[in-house]
Amino acid sequence: MTTMDSTAPGAFGDLSEADRIAGRVYTDPEIFDEEMKRIFYKTWVWVAHESEIPEAGSFKTTHVGAEPVIVTRDRKDNFNTLVNRCRHRGATVCDQRSGKANGFTCPYHNWSYALDGRLRGVPYPDGYEGVLDKKDFPLHTLRTESYLGMIFATFNQDIEPLEDFLGDAKIWMERFLKQSNGFPTKVIGIHKFRFRGNWKIQLENTTDGYHFPMVHKSWMASVDAETADMMSFMDDPKSVTHALGNGHSVAIMAHSHVDLDIDDGTEEIQPRFAHLVEELEAAGESPERIRRYMRSMHGCGFNLNMFPNAAMSSSFFRILVPISVDQTEVWHMAIGMDGGPESVNRERLRIHEHFQGPFGFGSPDDAEGWDRVQLGAAGQPDMPIMVNRGLGREHLSDEGWPTSHVTDETGMRESYKMWKKMMSDD
Amino acid sequence: MTDLSFTDPRVLRAIELIWREAALLDAKDYRTWEAMYADDAKYVIPIDPDTDDFDASLNMVNDDKRMRGLRVQRMMQGYSQSAVAAARTVRIVSRFTVDEASDASVTIRSAQILNAFKRQTFTTIGAEMVHVVRFGETTADDQIALKVVRLVDSEDAVSASGYLL
Repeated sequence: MTTMDSTAPGAFGDLSEADRIAGRVYTDPEIFDEEMKRIFYKTWVWVAHESEIPEAGSFKTTHVGAEPVIVTRDRKDNFNTLVNRCRHRGATVCDQRSGKANGFTCPYHNWSYALDGRLRGVPYPDGYEGVLDKKDFPLHTLRTESYLGMIFATFNQDIEPLEDFLGDAKIWMERFLKQSNGFPTKVIGIHKFRFRGNWKIQLENTTDGYHFPMVHKSWMASVDAETADMMSFMDDPKSVTHALGNGHSVAIMAHSHVDLDIDDGTEEIQPRFAHLVEELEAAGESPERIRRYMRSMHGCGFNLNMFPNAAMSSSFFRILVPISVDQTEVWHMAIGMDGGPESVNRERLRIHEHFQGPFGFGSPDDAEGWDRVQLGAAGQPDMPIMVNRGLGREHLSDEGWPTSHVTDETGMRESYKMWKKMMSDD
Repeated sequence: MTDLSFTDPRVLRAIELIWREAALLDAKDYRTWEAMYADDAKYVIPIDPDTDDFDASLNMVNDDKRMRGLRVQRMMQGYSQSAVAAARTVRIVSRFTVDEASDASVTIRSAQILNAFKRQTFTTIGAEMVHVVRFGETTADDQIALKVVRLVDSEDAVSASGYLL
């Protein structure tokens, strides 16, 4: 088959096959609208990390699909995800990115809501005698669950529990968080940028080892040899990608860091961190702890992609916010230790700044490629986008995961398998 | 803040340098631009609009001499596809106000509006800037000792860029 021209209503799933997708899935606004309904309003969508809303009354605003939401921590320490829309006439009840509050008051007629979304009060209530029962008009609440600090929400009240949805991704989440070296993980800064392309282009990129030495040549030229060596996975047979089910996948670039609890002692600490080692020694940290901090500096050596919008990407969280069919917002959230040495957190910030963000040495080159995919996919929209690399060498791992080399497209195939399932009528 | 005095030659000298820097950046003459900076200078594009402790927080750019050198190398060497395909830019720097002026240096604030054009799309960037201009023996020896570019949308999504501010 060379073209994929299914246009029958409800046949969106036909646009994805085992090793290819129609280019139209990047460019067709109707498909984007359908994705919002069938994926973003039906499955678990990442909304926050617990460290972003650390205390009772803490909140942040974000989106689930196209809908504005507020994520709160209430007085009972529960997490709530509330549609940011007054039940009266529809205005947003919160206009700040984040903060602390006792509740939310609509700026239009001052209807006021509690942190869990309950309608607490309306001004001049005599006009509502007999026509308004406050308990019937809370902010619309999404189902909200958290695992290892990662908070997800869904409009789908009937969906499986979050932990079941995450499935085999959970093992990798646990491994990822070992880079916090026993301390709680906290978000220590966020780069936000937009590119002019479809959200799935970036979703694919997270487990795309194939692009790295080409797209990121300028970054590799700017780092020390040891850091560049960590990226020498292109012809390392131990560097693999696993499909984990439910659209999730993991791409392993630096396998010696996959489990930071395991250290055979052979790894040299990078000379670039010598100043930090001295500082930590002077502060009384043990050689074992210092070695652990240094080994965790670049993260966990793998990218975990969680369908549809979250990734734990080596040393940071990557979040996707689809804006429109051809515009996507990406968040690169730097993480550090809550309680560990601040000097280590600072070094992590510098490493993050070096690659990520709108002026980093990596992200702009990624975005350039993604923009070009969007432009090019307008040509011959029914011609397939190929995700067949490595099919001939894909096998099942001992865990039963479809597995191939990290430069192969196993992770993308897993994403599109889930996409197909959710976009199909059956 | 002191009143800007166009009769103060030290202030005019700093403004002239800032305008020269803007022209170099629009021309993407990054090697000459890099040479305008003192060895101990910082070049920062923060995210947090209120912080002055840049090392303690995440920034878009937080460059010392070494990082500036690496950044310029990246922009010039041809490996970076975003730099190779960078937008054409034209920037206006004005609304100068003076924080401090001495015979050694001037700390001067300004507003920058930058228009970038790439693939039939214009992007406008607005920023508040602070420069510390350190005077040399002659104007040719004047250097930038600090540049902080605070984008008005720094806490929201900023488009990835193949050029410098």
